[in-house]
Amino acid sequence: MAQIFPKSANAIARMSVYGAIFVLAFVGWAFDALNRSSYNTRAFMAREQPIPFSHAHHVGGLGLDCRYCHTSVESSSFANVPPTKTCMNCHSQIWSTSPMLEPVRASYRTGQSIPWTRVHDLPDFVYFNHSIHVSKGVGCESCHGRVDKMPLTWAVSTLQMDWCLDCHRNPAKILRPQEYITTMGYQPQGDQQELGRRLMAENHIQDTRVLTSCSTCHR
Amino acid sequence: MRTNFLAGMLLLTAAATVACRQDMHDQPKYIPLRGTEFFADGRSARPLIEGTVARGHLDDDASYYTARGSDGKFVAEFPFPVTKPVIERGQERFNIYCAPCHDSLGSGNGRIVRRGFRHPPTYHIDRLRQAPAGYLYDVISKGFGAMPDYAAQIEPRDRWAIVSYIRALQLSQNTSIMDVPADAMSVLDQEGGQ
Repeated sequence: MAQIFPKSANAIARMSVYGAIFVLAFVGWAFDALNRSSYNTRAFMAREQPIPFSHAHHVGGLGLDCRYCHTSVESSSFANVPPTKTCMNCHSQIWSTSPMLEPVRASYRTGQSIPWTRVHDLPDFVYFNHSIHVSKGVGCESCHGRVDKMPLTWAVSTLQMDWCLDCHRNPAKILRPQEYITTMGYQPQGDQQELGRRLMAENHIQDTRVLTSCSTCHR
Repeated sequence: MRTNFLAGMLLLTAAATVACRQDMHDQPKYIPLRGTEFFADGRSARPLIEGTVARGHLDDDASYYTARGSDGKFVAEFPFPVTKPVIERGQERFNIYCAPCHDSLGSGNGRIVRRGFRHPPTYHIDRLRQAPAGYLYDVISKGFGAMPDYAAQIEPRDRWAIVSYIRALQLSQNTSIMDVPADAMSVLDQEGGQ
C-alpha cells in the first residue's frame, strides 16, 4: 500500500500540535471576551421603554433627588420603581396633555401597571440589598453611573461577580459620606483611600474576608 | 486517532453549549415587581385586602398618625421631642420631597413651579406661621389644593421631621439679627450671611 502522507506531513503534524495551544487559547479568550461584552451583559446599551423616560431631564435638568422616586432604596433590599402616582405628582399639571405621556395617564386612570423594561437584572441566586449599600456609604453613582446624563437608562456595569468583588475586596476606594450619597459627579475631598478607611471604621464595615465570603451574597 | 478526534469535537461542542441554560439565573420565584401570567393584571404583588393591618402598623396613636387630638382639632405640639438630629433629618427630607416645588427656602419658587406647576403659597405668611404643626403634617399626608399627598413617599416620623424643619425655615425668614446668638454671629460673618 502506498503511503498516504508524504514525509513532510510529520512537520505539519508537529506544527499543528504546537498551533493547537494557540487555537485553544484563542477560543478561551474569545469566549471570555464575548462573556464580558455588552452583547452578553447588555451594559452601556440603552433599553427601550414604553415611555421614553429620561433621567437626564429629571435628575440632570430638574435636579430631583434619586429618592424622590426610588423611595425604598434606604430601607429595603429593593430600590422601587415608582408607582404611576409619583409621576402624576407633577404630570397632573405639567405636560398634562402631551401624547408622549398618555400611557402614564392611562395607567393612572385604569390602575394598570406601566410595563417598564428592567435594566439591571441580577441573577436570582444573588441576594443583593440596596439599603445596606446606601447606608454604608456606597453612592448611587458608584454602581449606576452618571444617571443624570442618560436620556434612556442603561447599565454601566457588567453585573458579573468580578465586578461585585472589585469593591468587596477594597471598599475604601468607593465609599463616600452620607450627605453625598445621591450626588452625581461626586469628587472626594482629599485622599479617597484615607476617607474610605475612615468611613469603613465609622460605618462598621466588616473585614474583606467577610465581604468576599460566598454566603454574603449567595444564600 | 479517529475516536480521539471525535471525543475532542464532542468536548468542544459541549463547551460551546454550556451556560446557555439560565434556570438558576431566572428562577421560578417572584422578586419585587416581577410580572406573572397567573393574575389578570400581570402583577405578582397583590393588593392588600381592605382592612389589612400589617404587624406593627396598627397606627392607633391618632395624634401621631393623623395629627389630630381627641377633640378633632390639629395638634399644635410635636408628638416627640424636636432635637437637632430631627431637624436635620427634616432638612434632608424637605430638600428631597418638598424643595422641587417649595424651593429650599419655602417661598414656593421651586424648579417644578418654574416649569409651570401651580405656585404654592410661601411659608412666610402669617396664616402658615400660625398654623398648628398638625396642620402642616396633615397637608403632607393628604395633600392640599394642587399638591398631591406624600403619604406613600414619606414615613410619618419623617413628616414630623419635615414640619420641624419648616418651622426652622419660618423662623429663619422672620427674625431679627438681634436674635442670633453671639457665638453664631461670627459664623454668619464668615459665610457672608445677610
